[in-house]
Amino acid sequence: MTSPTPLETHGLTRENLLEIDYFLRLTRTLEERLVALFRQSKVIGGLYRSLGQEGESVAAAYALDYALGDVVQPLIRNMGSILVAGAKPSDIVKQYMAKADSPTRGRELNIHFGHPARDGFIGQISMLGDMIPVMAGIALAGRMQKRHLVGMAFIGDGASSTGAFYEGMNFATVQRLPLVVILENNGYAYSTPTSKQSAVRSLADKAHAFGCASETVDGNDVLATYAAARRAVERARAGGGVTLIEAKTFRMKGHAEHDNQSYVPQSLIEEWSAKDPVVRFEKTLVDAGIATAADFEMIQSRAKREVDAATDEAERSPMPNPEEAARGLFAGDGFWEEQR
Amino acid sequence: MPLTTYLDAIREAMVEEMRRDPRVFLIGEDVGSYGGAFKTSAGMIEEFGAERVIDTPISEVAIVGAASGAALMGMRPIAEMQFIDFITCAYDMLVNFTATSRYRVGSGCPIVVRGPAGGGTHGGPFHSLNPEAMFMNRPGLKIVAPGTAYDAKGLLKSAIRDDDPVLFIEHKFLYRRIKEELPADDYIVPIGKANVRRSGKDLTIITWGSMIYVADDAAAELAKDRVSVEVIDLRSILPFDEEAILNSVAKTNRVIILHEAPLTGGAGAEFAARIAEKAFDYLDAPIKRIAALDVPTPYSPPLEAFYLPDREKVIAAARELLRY
Ligand SMILES: Cc1ncc(C[n+]2csc(CCOP(=O)(O)OP(=O)(O)O)c2C)c(N)n1
Repeated sequence: MTSPTPLETHGLTRENLLEIDYFLRLTRTLEERLVALFRQSKVIGGLYRSLGQEGESVAAAYALDYALGDVVQPLIRNMGSILVAGAKPSDIVKQYMAKADSPTRGRELNIHFGHPARDGFIGQISMLGDMIPVMAGIALAGRMQKRHLVGMAFIGDGASSTGAFYEGMNFATVQRLPLVVILENNGYAYSTPTSKQSAVRSLADKAHAFGCASETVDGNDVLATYAAARRAVERARAGGGVTLIEAKTFRMKGHAEHDNQSYVPQSLIEEWSAKDPVVRFEKTLVDAGIATAADFEMIQSRAKREVDAATDEAERSPMPNPEEAARGLFAGDGFWEEQR
Repeated sequence: MPLTTYLDAIREAMVEEMRRDPRVFLIGEDVGSYGGAFKTSAGMIEEFGAERVIDTPISEVAIVGAASGAALMGMRPIAEMQFIDFITCAYDMLVNFTATSRYRVGSGCPIVVRGPAGGGTHGGPFHSLNPEAMFMNRPGLKIVAPGTAYDAKGLLKSAIRDDDPVLFIEHKFLYRRIKEELPADDYIVPIGKANVRRSGKDLTIITWGSMIYVADDAAAELAKDRVSVEVIDLRSILPFDEEAILNSVAKTNRVIILHEAPLTGGAGAEFAARIAEKAFDYLDAPIKRIAALDVPTPYSPPLEAFYLPDREKVIAAARELLRY
């Protein structure tokens, strides 16, 4: 037996650490289930994997305090972040299956759902970059309402090339808004490598254009990502304004299920597969004597049970009535007030 | 003769124009080594190199703006939107800079903006757009929307050769579903000319894009009851073939305008108004429009099916008009 390696846990208790592991496992298990449902043609539309990126999604979102009204805004590969914020797996499966009792009642896809003031998370629209100004507005309202909430936005290396990203970042920074932006550098935007997206040496350097705080973190190191996010959240809550965090990670699957990512060198996939964030995190906990394989087995079987239950519930749900398509465009027709 | 898909027809038009004219180039997201999200430009970077098949960052304003600047310098850019929905991100550039350039300062800006449009694929609110109407009231752009492989190729060639900016709307539902025998020789389809797909005498359906197949189906069904339907594929939405529309209405005296975009403020409203102004005396029945519901495109298949126009809705409208 070797003696445990001391671990800096950044104030996280054993319960916290095991809860993080639970969210990591839940994300991965739920996504694997969605793949199975996709292959059975039960998932309607595309499926975009976050394999290898669950670490930064979960760890960053874990640094928020949802009881204070904090709001996280995922992109397509940040399902883990909304699970941390309290999204129900059954709602996610129902969204993917376009069911009548999904949160958007079949109008919107995948994780495009959630109300910032009610749920602690807000679904994105497809137009990349557009959510940064929206998140600035959420942070602005929080300040106007004298709540001490912090907003956290995820954005991709590719999406950080949009004008909306620059406008939103600049506005939030001059307003010193409580906003944390996690810029995920996962190597590729569809088929385009990060080097053809931006010429900056590090994506964190984009912060110089705005004058906000920044840092780069190993996004596959759960504790390091948590620590960086925590620092940024504390800065934001204390009135210190925006932080741009570059999380270095890797997209282990193609852009979506249809894409076999033949343009990604095999060596890169192998290199990053050895850095799997979930395996790494669990090994760290074992090495530090904080958890054992038995703990993880229990967590995994809990995740599987919950995903099974979510799938059963979603499979039983009805598809929407066609006529509903005509309702719910404006307030007053009662559509969104009806219980499901 | 081998059959050419609608998608391959688009590629062939780009390739042939790039061989013919060194000023033509393609610019967009993932258009190079990946060959485009739908593989529309597959193999093009191999033939023309990265100088003429340019991968960009995710920056629609930069794509349309840079294409416009290059066009002013004498180039003939084809700017691809990965989905046509993302043209909304570059709406400002296209309608304010590009479309007005010739009228304002006498500088023509001959770019083609093209990309996959349309619904029926469960793409939801942001991958289903039919964008024509949002550009019709901003003068300076030509707008075309082919429904056949023949027209896709011929109209894209016309668009590339045109001296003004053209919005080329591809219907992604048709990409691999439509296959036709195409002429081996160079040909073009002129912008502004409709095609009478089916000639008839009792009722006219004016339509374009993937809706031409809905019109065909409805016409075939109505023919069983000895109703003779004329189907006009407009192909060009701006400028549009007013003569073809008016001639057909003068012949059939009944008209349905069918489009996939939402009803209110849709392109059909303009055609209906033109008919009311110029062919009122020929009409035996009200002008009828069949279009999508006035809501964003919903994702769930039952909702999307209800939202979109279909054969039954067209047949019901036709029967209503025939009672007059
Ligand atoms: C404004 C805009 N342009 C194009 C697209 C099409 N698109 C969807 S995802 C994607 C790549 C996104 O890359 P990145 O932001 O790095 O996120 P990742 O997929 O790597 O997680 C593209 C080009 C879009 N959604 N929005």
